[in-house]
Amino acid sequence: MRLELEKRPERSARMAIASPFLAVALTLVVGAMIFAAIGVNPARGLYVLFVEPLTQGWSLQELVVKATPLVLIACGLLVCYLANTWNIGAEGQFVMGGVVGSILPVLLPDFANPLTLPLMLVMGVLGGMAWAAIPAFLKVRFGTNEILTSLMLVYVAQLFLDWLVRGPWRDPAGYNFPESRVFSAAASMPVLGDGRMSIGAIIALLVVAALAVLLSRTLKGFEIKVLGQAPRAGAFAGFSQKKMVVFAFLLAGGLAGLAGIMEVSGSIGQLLPTISPGYGFAAIIVAFLGRLNPLGALVAGLVLALSYIGGESAQIALGVSEKITRVFQGMLLFFVLACDTLILYRFRLVRSAPATA
Amino acid sequence: MDFLEAFLITVVTASTPLLLAALGELIVERSGVLNLGVEGMMVMGAVCGFGAALLSGNPWLGVLAAILAGMALAALFGVLTMGFATNQVATGLALTLLGIGLSGLVGESFIGKPGRAMQALPIPLLSEIPLIGPVLFARDPLVYLSFGLLALVSWFLFRSKPGLILRAIGDNPESAHMLGYPVLRVRFLAILFGGGMAGLGGGYLSLAYTPLWAEGMTAGRGWIALALVVFATWLPSRLLAGAYLFGLMTILGFHAQAAGLGIPSQFLSSLPYLATIVVLVIISRRKALVAAHSPASIGRSFVPTH
Repeated sequence: MRLELEKRPERSARMAIASPFLAVALTLVVGAMIFAAIGVNPARGLYVLFVEPLTQGWSLQELVVKATPLVLIACGLLVCYLANTWNIGAEGQFVMGGVVGSILPVLLPDFANPLTLPLMLVMGVLGGMAWAAIPAFLKVRFGTNEILTSLMLVYVAQLFLDWLVRGPWRDPAGYNFPESRVFSAAASMPVLGDGRMSIGAIIALLVVAALAVLLSRTLKGFEIKVLGQAPRAGAFAGFSQKKMVVFAFLLAGGLAGLAGIMEVSGSIGQLLPTISPGYGFAAIIVAFLGRLNPLGALVAGLVLALSYIGGESAQIALGVSEKITRVFQGMLLFFVLACDTLILYRFRLVRSAPATA
Repeated sequence: MDFLEAFLITVVTASTPLLLAALGELIVERSGVLNLGVEGMMVMGAVCGFGAALLSGNPWLGVLAAILAGMALAALFGVLTMGFATNQVATGLALTLLGIGLSGLVGESFIGKPGRAMQALPIPLLSEIPLIGPVLFARDPLVYLSFGLLALVSWFLFRSKPGLILRAIGDNPESAHMLGYPVLRVRFLAILFGGGMAGLGGGYLSLAYTPLWAEGMTAGRGWIALALVVFATWLPSRLLAGAYLFGLMTILGFHAQAAGLGIPSQFLSSLPYLATIVVLVIISRRKALVAAHSPASIGRSFVPTH
């Protein structure tokens, strides 16, 4: 008696919609078990982590603040994954976008006029693109595995930022703290509401809409999907795999870089040794949870932002380490992947041993 | 103890965790599975090994705990990739994220606590040979284990029938399945071995390399181990050279910092990562070499049909 996977005759549309919900539900169940294991009331733990942040105005705004970079980065990543190129370096592209976008406010702080912020955003996009161009170029020119190169560059970017804020870009009036000067008002993202929410949220929504149109209605979107699922067919259709790698990486790098500079100039207001609580990696989960779809990524981004906020309040309200967030996020991805299997396969109970040759 | 001897001793210490983790991943990839979760398994091995050694006072219990922690995470990966046929790249990433998060959670109470380092075990006559003696034969037992495992893996892969079956499954699982070999079970066992080795490599970091726990102390070594397997074109002998090359680079970085050459420490710390990119480019340019040795079915899910 064994459980076996049997391929379904066609994709199950029901499971395609149900799978993310099932994954979230399973994560909550296991999460409850983890809470019980560490001595916290499971119901209270889940409430603090996932429900409480939704009950207050300020935390709803924080939700948007955290979701904005996640959704932006995930939009870029899902294009990469649809095209079957594995960009794992979004975290590094985020950092480099933040760094390059901060050149103006840090090195030319007196350049404070309406042009400052748009220029910063453009430079942030270019910074992220440039960083993503490296693994793309290496893949296209030498066939080097893009997973490892993009990932190694994450560490390099983080170390570069660390050197900048402790060294040449350290605030001369900052009492030797490792931080850059604080950005002027002209170099900060305009705020919406009374919290930390900025127009970055609107930019993210526009990007989601643009990508949704790109993927579903344009030839480019078709090209992305064909090259990802059937590269040979794409080649016969005249689509270039190499150009797609470059396109996907530059798009993802640009979006990650934009998220980076928006985070630095909006939520943080200066450069610090670390400017990301792992957004680049959480965005990978957002992309998969959102079923590699921009609208799905929007919802998934809010779910993961919820886990960040819940994790922070869990530390205060329950005395649980805020690292519980990462555990939940990792578990969620596991369950998303497992539940996705049910779209293409079903489980069958098999009685007899398989026939051997 | 002169400078060269001290230098070489630290090179061996820095290379051993890479060698251990990469040996495990080599077996996994030879069976056709790409497990990107090495970093997560290594860091869990480091925290569990440290914790077990701290709580029990016995570093060997730490070693056991490290191996079991790596295997437990690998089993999770195995269930998903073999049982659910999930995408191996994404599942491996999930494993890394989970491992890093879980290790941070588990290790919180261990931060700042002093560890119990493994004692050195000098081999009677060999350790007295000038220079080579103290460097290679007066080390802790895990270093000897790394050399022994290298020989064992080499022999297993190329001189034993089970190793031949493993390689066959890695190259063509469909044919192996037709011949009656249990593809999923062999791959699952390989995954478990890889997990144990990654855990052991991580445990070495917190039990012998620097006897303490710090969050994220593997600092990307798991990823470097993955790159090493590619760099070694899936051959154990080249893996030894690669691991020691990286160990050398890491130690050179430390010594450059200590020598006060005025190079920023962050740049020196980034040398291993930059070097990884360079060696990956070098090896991927030699397409014939890579194609000759890479397991043909690596990364592709296999679902048996009857």
